[in-house]
Amino acid sequence: MSNELTSPENEVTGHDVAPADAPAVSAPGTAGLAGFLGSGLGRNLGLIIALLLLCAVGFATAGDRFASADNVLTILRLGSVIGVVSIGMTFVICGGGIDLSVGAIVALSSVWATTLATQTMAENVHWVVMVFTAIAVGAGCGLINGVLVAYGRVAPFIATLAMLAGARGLAEIIAQRRTQIIRDRDFITFFGGDVLGIPVLVIIFVLVSVFGWVLLNRTTFGRRTLAIGGNAEAARLAGIQVRRQTAMLYILLGIACGIAAVMIMARTTTGTSTHGQLYELDAIAAVVIGGTLLSGGRGTIVGTVLGVLIFTTLTNVFTLNNLDTSTQAVAKGVIIIAAVLLQQRVAERHRSSG
Amino acid sequence: MTTPIRKRSAFVAAAAALALLATGCTSNTPETEDTASESGGEQSGNAGSSNDEQGDTVVIGFSGPAADHGWLAAINSSAQEAAAEYPDIELRSAEGTNDASLQISHIETFINEGVDAIVLLPTDGAALTEVATRAMQAGIPVVNVDREFSSEFAARTTILGDNYGMGVSAGTYACQLVEENDIADPVIAEIAGIDSLPLTQDRSQGFADALSECGQSVDNRVAAEFTVESGERVTANLLQAAPQIDIIWNHDDDQGVGVMAALDNAGRDEMALIGGAGSANAMRWIEEGRMEATVLYPPTQAADGIKLARLLAQDKGMSDLVQVEVPRRIVLNAPVVTQENVAEYMDLGFES
Repeated sequence: MSNELTSPENEVTGHDVAPADAPAVSAPGTAGLAGFLGSGLGRNLGLIIALLLLCAVGFATAGDRFASADNVLTILRLGSVIGVVSIGMTFVICGGGIDLSVGAIVALSSVWATTLATQTMAENVHWVVMVFTAIAVGAGCGLINGVLVAYGRVAPFIATLAMLAGARGLAEIIAQRRTQIIRDRDFITFFGGDVLGIPVLVIIFVLVSVFGWVLLNRTTFGRRTLAIGGNAEAARLAGIQVRRQTAMLYILLGIACGIAAVMIMARTTTGTSTHGQLYELDAIAAVVIGGTLLSGGRGTIVGTVLGVLIFTTLTNVFTLNNLDTSTQAVAKGVIIIAAVLLQQRVAERHRSSG
Repeated sequence: MTTPIRKRSAFVAAAAALALLATGCTSNTPETEDTASESGGEQSGNAGSSNDEQGDTVVIGFSGPAADHGWLAAINSSAQEAAAEYPDIELRSAEGTNDASLQISHIETFINEGVDAIVLLPTDGAALTEVATRAMQAGIPVVNVDREFSSEFAARTTILGDNYGMGVSAGTYACQLVEENDIADPVIAEIAGIDSLPLTQDRSQGFADALSECGQSVDNRVAAEFTVESGERVTANLLQAAPQIDIIWNHDDDQGVGVMAALDNAGRDEMALIGGAGSANAMRWIEEGRMEATVLYPPTQAADGIKLARLLAQDKGMSDLVQVEVPRRIVLNAPVVTQENVAEYMDLGFES
């Protein structure tokens, strides 16, 4: 048993790369970064193999068009939005919950942040107002989900199903089902631009991933999350405030949705109630392919990132080869199952040998 | 310890519930609106005959899909406006659902109420055929708008946009561009809408057929989902697949906002972009020269449906035709809007 983070009875167990009490709350130091890569490699070997195979197929069929820097950045940029949501989703699923409302929250955040009133205020102050609005709306929705699940004892999928309907409906009402175009060019230029050749959107995704990894693997917050997901009752007996922790997870995911909304606004230069459709399924799929247990108690950020990359690369390779959508759908289904089976086999071998 | 099996089945239940909700979440309770009283004696029709004069008051039931898309929103609002023009129309509007079974119940309500005519834009033509046939059997003329029933007996009159014709218009225009600019080996790309819909297949077929007339074919094809986000996503990939493109036909101007964003993000503007449907955004881009053209798919079909339903209920014919009766089938033209004629069509452009 090398790197299963928790056995819930004794909430904090050893971790194979760093001592369990490593604080590192604020920044990922160099040790953190090494750990980031180290823990990812073994457990996620299956996913890495799948991704490499996919890249090999892409390179073999599309050659330089696939391997060009432009294309790689396109894949990363496309993965960034759903990636940020998936990182947040990893926490909720680790904590034994599920959130079906992420797409709707993204839509509502994007709409609220691009209303005439918000845009006018942003013009007078700074576009940060739009960013702040999106994140605040996301956090607010997360808070409602969290309170309903943790304190109202509503089953997570019912509470968030209600939010799915409610948030998208509210988005439609606010936007009057129109597409709201963003007038502030500075906002678009900032988020659509790049730093040293790396798109800002990708940088955001990387920052969120690193933050998520540190939070999950190196802080008490992370250990509590895994503890309540593994066995809520044992966690409560160990002195963890299970309700508060649960609510925090949904707020965290809400904030991630707000960030994703900002990213999608920058990509599409719009806010509309149709943004984020089926994000809930994409995010859950990426998280589960990554190796996070759907029943909670075990999770991996690196796996989630790889899961997201596998999905986006897949779509890209299909498009480069000009495949029709029906063939894509069949291939996608087959590849998802293949990736999960591969991941399970490799992870088992890694576990028994380690 | 944990109970993964129970939780997993809970997830399955959640997924099932989600699927249910996806089809039902936009439903509304039927609203009855009486718009007739407001418009007084004002006449703004253009029948060129006595047809627009006030006749017996008729009750028309209207049911369409949820207006979650700019074009569908325009369909609904233009239907309301058309009804408001006539003081002798009492419109019962069962608005907005993507759930075929709910829409069936709307139509059943209309039949029970004994309305004089029904205008129906089905969520799914085949699914609504049976109930429409029942309405016809009950003596209520049904005007079928845009998405066709699977039986001839289900509608008195069918009014359709021309999806195949849209593809033909776009393809013919593309051929014209190739010829005029003398492009030797043009790269032609297509950004379709939801691929499983017959309307998308018709549009693509028309496009392919028209292109083959001038010896061309589609080199790269992607399919989006009629949303801004999906338009952006598939276009970003498409631009990577084809480093140089001469002509793009994008089926839908709603998703076109995303297509345009992707072009801007990638700094690509070498191609002639042809749109579809004819949103106000697209028309403004055409005016500014950022877009080459768009093929109209008029959102006024339901409005025409209301007018025809009124004529049917009042036993009138179409005044400009010699024929005494309203025709069985009307297929609207799909003209190409370019910089030259955009001013003419601006009023038809819908805000998306």
